[in-house]
Amino acid sequence: MTIHNPNFVLMVEDLTVSFDGFKAVNDLSFYVEPNECRVIIGPNGAGKTTVLDLICGRTKATSGSVNFKGQELLKMREDQIVHAGVGRKFQTPSVYEDLTVFENLELSYPQGHGVFGALFFQRDDPVKTRIQEIAETIFLEDHLSEKAAYLSHGQKQWLEIGMLLIQDPELLMLDEPVAGMSVAERKKTAELLNRIINDRSVIVIEHDMGFVADIATRVTVLHQGKTLSEGSMERVQNDPKVIEVYLGH
Amino acid sequence: MTTAPSNRLFTKSEAIGFVILAVIVFAILPLALDTFRLNLFGKYLTYAFVAVGLVLCWGAGGILSLGQGVFFGLGGYCMAMYLKLEASTPENTSIQSTPGIPDFMDWNQLTALPWWWEPFHSFSFTLFAVIAVPVVFSFIIGVAMFRRRVGGVYFAIITQAVAAILTILIIGQQGFTGGVNGITDLRTLKGWDIRTDSAKEILYFVNGIMLFACLLTAQFIRKSKLGRLLIAMRDQEDRVRFSGYDVANFKIFVFCIGAAFAAIGGAMFTLQVGFMSPSFVGIVPSIEMVIFCAVGGRLSILGAVYGALLVNWAKTTFSESFPELWLLGLGALFIAVVMAFPDGLAGVYTDKIAPRIRKLLKRGPPALPAANAQETAAE
Repeated sequence: MTIHNPNFVLMVEDLTVSFDGFKAVNDLSFYVEPNECRVIIGPNGAGKTTVLDLICGRTKATSGSVNFKGQELLKMREDQIVHAGVGRKFQTPSVYEDLTVFENLELSYPQGHGVFGALFFQRDDPVKTRIQEIAETIFLEDHLSEKAAYLSHGQKQWLEIGMLLIQDPELLMLDEPVAGMSVAERKKTAELLNRIINDRSVIVIEHDMGFVADIATRVTVLHQGKTLSEGSMERVQNDPKVIEVYLGH
Repeated sequence: MTTAPSNRLFTKSEAIGFVILAVIVFAILPLALDTFRLNLFGKYLTYAFVAVGLVLCWGAGGILSLGQGVFFGLGGYCMAMYLKLEASTPENTSIQSTPGIPDFMDWNQLTALPWWWEPFHSFSFTLFAVIAVPVVFSFIIGVAMFRRRVGGVYFAIITQAVAAILTILIIGQQGFTGGVNGITDLRTLKGWDIRTDSAKEILYFVNGIMLFACLLTAQFIRKSKLGRLLIAMRDQEDRVRFSGYDVANFKIFVFCIGAAFAAIGGAMFTLQVGFMSPSFVGIVPSIEMVIFCAVGGRLSILGAVYGALLVNWAKTTFSESFPELWLLGLGALFIAVVMAFPDGLAGVYTDKIAPRIRKLLKRGPPALPAANAQETAAE
C-alpha cells in the first residue's frame, strides 16, 4: 500500500498483471499530476489498453498498487471506481445504439445509480440543461432525439466522450479517441479534448503523433509492459531507445 | 427544452393499444364466449403474466430464462396448498386413516401435517407467500448467477436445470407435494365455491385486473430510466458498468420482477383451473412460455399477451384434432418466428400493419415521418 502524495492524482506503482505467465504489464510505475494530460504511446502489444483496464478495474492486477487520491483502486469494484471519479472511454465506440443521444447522455448522468434510484429517476430541468450543455460541447446538439445507431463513427466517439464528461470525472482515460476519424473530425476532436482537459487529469492512448504533440503534457512510452521512456514530447521523440522500438518504423 | 424526447408513461399509440386489449379482455371475450371457453381463455391469460415478465427479462434485459415455469409453479403451489387445506376438513376427509390432512398425504402414510404446510391455513399468509416464495427463490438464483457474471446461454441452461430439479423434487416428495398428480380436488376459497360458473366468471375478471396491474407495472418499468438501462445493458454491458452502475443489481431486480409476475399467473391458474401439478413447472412448459413471448414479440409488453393467447388457443384447437402433430407444429412455429419474424407479432404489426393503417387514416400526405415528428415533439 502506497502512501498518498497530494502532488499526484494517480500513483501507479509496481503494477503487474500476468496472463498465464505472460506479463502484459510488468512492474510498471508512473505518476499523474492534477490537470496533467498524459499520453501513453507504444507499439502494438505494449500493454497500453491493459494499463487502462487495470486502473478502471476491468482486469484484475496480479500485484502492485493503483492509488487514486488516497484510495486503492485495485480493491474496488468497477462502479465504485467510477464513483471515486475515474471515467473510461473504450477503444471501439461503446454507445447504446438502440437509445437516442439524449438517453445515452441521460444514463450517464451521475444520479440514480441504484435500482430504485433508476426506477424513480425524474428527468428534471437540471438534468435536461446539463445534457443540452454537454451535447453542445460534443457537437451533437442537433442530434439529441436521434438513435445513436444512426450516428457516424466520429459522432459515436464524441458521444462516448460526452457520456464521460457528464459524470465530470477527475481522471479521464481515453483509449484512441481519434482512431478511424476523418481529418476534419480529428481536428474537431483535438479542439474538444483541449477544451475538456483543462480542469482534470487525463490519460490518453494514441498512435497519431501529430495529435499527441497537440495535447500531451507528458508522454509515457510503453514497451513490453514496461516504461521505455517518459517526459516531454520533445524529449521522448529524441530518445534513441524510443526511435529504435517505436518511432523509427 | 424542445429536444428532450417524450418521457410520458404512454405514447398515443401505446395508450390505444392498452385500451384495445382492455376491451378484448373485459368486454369482447366475456360477451362472445360461454363460461367453459371463457375459463379456457382465463387459463391462457395466466401464461400472459409469464410472457410479460419475459419481455422485461429477455426482451429488454437480454436475460433469457428457460425456467419461468419454476416461478409459475411456486406461485401456483402456494395457492393450491391453501385451497387444499381448506378442502381437507376433518368432515370431508373422515374416511382417511388420519382425517384433516390432505388426501395424498394420507395415501402416503403421513399421519400429521408437515410444519411448513401449517402457515398455509392463513389466506393472508398465502397471498404473501404466492409472491414472496418465488421472489426470494429468484433472488437467490439471481445473486448466485449475476454476481458471478454468469449470463447468456449459461444462465439459460442453469435456469432449465433448476426447472428440472424442482420437478424431480416435487414428484419425488409425493407425500408432501402430491407427486406427479399434483394438488387436486380444490373446492372453496374462504367458503366460496370456485368450481361454479359464476365463480369462474368472477375469477376471470380478477385475473384480467391482475394482468393489467402487471402490464402497467411493466410499462412503468419500461418507461423509467431503469427500463432504458436494461436495454443499454443488453447492448453494452461494460459501458453501463463503467458508467457507475452495479449491473448485477439491475439484473437481479428484473429477474425477481419476472418471477413475481409468473407467480401471480401461477396462483390465478390454480384458482381458475382447480389444480396444480409438476407438468406446469418443468422444462417443457418453461420453454413453451418463452415461445409465447417470442411469438408475441419479445420487445412488446402487449404483444406477449397476444402471443400467449394465440399459441394457447392454437394448442387447444389443434391438439383436439391432431394431438400427435401439435408438438411438431409448436416447434415449427418457434423456428418460423426466429427465422422470419424475430420481433414476433408485434414486429409484424409495427413494420407492416401500422404504416398501412396510418396511410388509410391520413389518406395522401406522407404519414410516417409526420406522425413520428408529432410524437417526439409533443412534449
